Amino acid sequence: MRFLFDGNTWQEIFGSIGKNRTRTIITVIGVLWGIFIYIVLSGAAQGLNNGFEKAFQNVAMNSLFTIGRNTSMPYKGFKTGRQIQLKLNDVTVLKNRIPEIQFIAPRNVKGIFGGSPAQVIRQGMSGDYAVYGDYPISTKIATKKIYDGGRFINDEDINGARKVCVIGERTQKELFENDESPIGGYIRIDNVFFQVVGVHKYTPGGGFESDSDIYIPFTTFKKLYNTGENVGWFAIAAYDDADIVKVEENVKSVLKNIHNVNPKDERAIASFNLGVIFNRIVGFAKGLTFMSLVVGIATILAGVIGIGNILLISVKERTKELGVRRALGATPREVRSLIILESVFLTMLAGVMGIILGAGALSMINKLTQGMDFPYSNPTVPIPYVLGALALMVVLGTLIGLIPAQRAVSIKPIDALREE
Amino acid sequence: MIEIKDLHKSYKMGSNSLHVLKGINFSVEEGELVAIMGSSGSGKSTLLNILGMLDVLDEGSYTLDGVPIKDLNETKAAQYRNKFLGFVFQSFNLINYKSAMENVALPLYYQKVGRKERQEKALKYLEQVGLREWADHLPSELSGGQKQRVAIARAMAAEPKVLLADEPTGALDSTTSYEVMDLIQKINDAGNTILIVTHEPDIADMCKRIVHLKDGVIVEDKKITQVRASQYV
Repeated sequence: MRFLFDGNTWQEIFGSIGKNRTRTIITVIGVLWGIFIYIVLSGAAQGLNNGFEKAFQNVAMNSLFTIGRNTSMPYKGFKTGRQIQLKLNDVTVLKNRIPEIQFIAPRNVKGIFGGSPAQVIRQGMSGDYAVYGDYPISTKIATKKIYDGGRFINDEDINGARKVCVIGERTQKELFENDESPIGGYIRIDNVFFQVVGVHKYTPGGGFESDSDIYIPFTTFKKLYNTGENVGWFAIAAYDDADIVKVEENVKSVLKNIHNVNPKDERAIASFNLGVIFNRIVGFAKGLTFMSLVVGIATILAGVIGIGNILLISVKERTKELGVRRALGATPREVRSLIILESVFLTMLAGVMGIILGAGALSMINKLTQGMDFPYSNPTVPIPYVLGALALMVVLGTLIGLIPAQRAVSIKPIDALREE
Repeated sequence: MIEIKDLHKSYKMGSNSLHVLKGINFSVEEGELVAIMGSSGSGKSTLLNILGMLDVLDEGSYTLDGVPIKDLNETKAAQYRNKFLGFVFQSFNLINYKSAMENVALPLYYQKVGRKERQEKALKYLEQVGLREWADHLPSELSGGQKQRVAIARAMAAEPKVLLADEPTGALDSTTSYEVMDLIQKINDAGNTILIVTHEPDIADMCKRIVHLKDGVIVEDKKITQVRASQYV
């Protein structure tokens, strides 16, 4: 160990490395390239991962949507082609029968799946917007960011079927003046006056919602459009540890049971499983991370082998010098350590430079992609990965250095001295 | 200082073996300056290599400063070389990317001498060979005679029991050769034991004793009156 911290050891190493600068630089570039690729690839993979997570951050990961469609099989005397209408009562049944369900939000909408959007008027300004009938619980599944001073629909709105609404950013821009606060203001939705209680901030990321949507209490929606107990669709969030695919199956079979649908009918109840999609994307990002690891390590390996190769040549060239050293009293161990340390030093030097350059490239990519509609944010390589890569390089550098080091001491000093 | 009894050495060349040294009996006292002479193929370099522990003997015994030299592995040989011996080669064998001072300090590095002390000692020995001002020069910036003087300083820096010189003047012109011999004689005057392999009679005459080798045996071993090199310089 004393050997490692002896200034003279390093002087010896710098002396022999500095002897052939061009060769040293080219050798170093080999490993530098390897670690550079590794850092950039895994950083980019992490960036994509972060980007996806950011895109989905306002939606419960373990969630699904289900909607009634037309039957494709006759059952219990009902004929094919019957429209399945989900009902408000289904909520209780689903919650009772499927314990994995954490939240269930019945929702209605006007102006998305057929039907014209609601006409909204305020002081001579007007526009057509989609109107949703919602319960407060809806925000547990898909978070709504409400601007300061406002709120989302609450339980009292539901109980009293109050005529209140939450409008979108764009709705605000189109119906209100810039300097006027929309909170407390009134708008007319399909000829009924509603008081605005909040403005929601639009966050992009899947779904059919937009920045102009208007949310009103589910109970008010029911009165306004005469929908009775009908529900457009259910948004369901399962507990984090639940298997979302199984929950989806259970939900479907319970709904089929309630609505007298043939259990084998695949078409009557449709669903969209966000959890599955999300898992697939996470899997993709994970695969990318793994691939970058494999590619990076392979490239590092190629570079390190290059170092070993160059050191073999260097040892051959320095046969005589090593012979002199041994005549002067260098033990085989000391000669071996000298060569191995050269190898490790070159590898580390290349590694550190590669990491710095890689980090630079990552921050440049980050700057370039900022503001673009591209799921990519904050590309990072975890410190343990970086340290791991460095450790790997020290190990590889040592192993590859063993070959030229062994070659260096395998020649007898007397033969080495005779070499011309 | 050196005692060799019934030394045999042969080299295997394919199926034949070449008997190079055929029973050498030879001893050197402390403070001697011995020239080993002989034509090429006489075995003089082999003898020096064995003395220098760069090669191992087949038969016989070798005692250096009371220490029997046997069962050498590379590590032990390296340690003995470092402790007992200083080498001077025909082709100088300086390390070309190290300055004169660093070259002289190298054996001290392998003796685990501290950096500062190493430098002081190296400068002291460079002073002795008259190259103090050249301490920071690379070998490529020195003349042949200067290189050999640096090599001698390097050999002396480890303070060895015996200095072994293999054709130290072989690559030098006669004036420079005499300068180097003058230096070697001065080192010998200070009490150091020195063995020189040479085939030049004038160089051999500058030693105190000449050992003639022929076909692997000592044919002549005589003490002579030393010719001082200083009279030619």
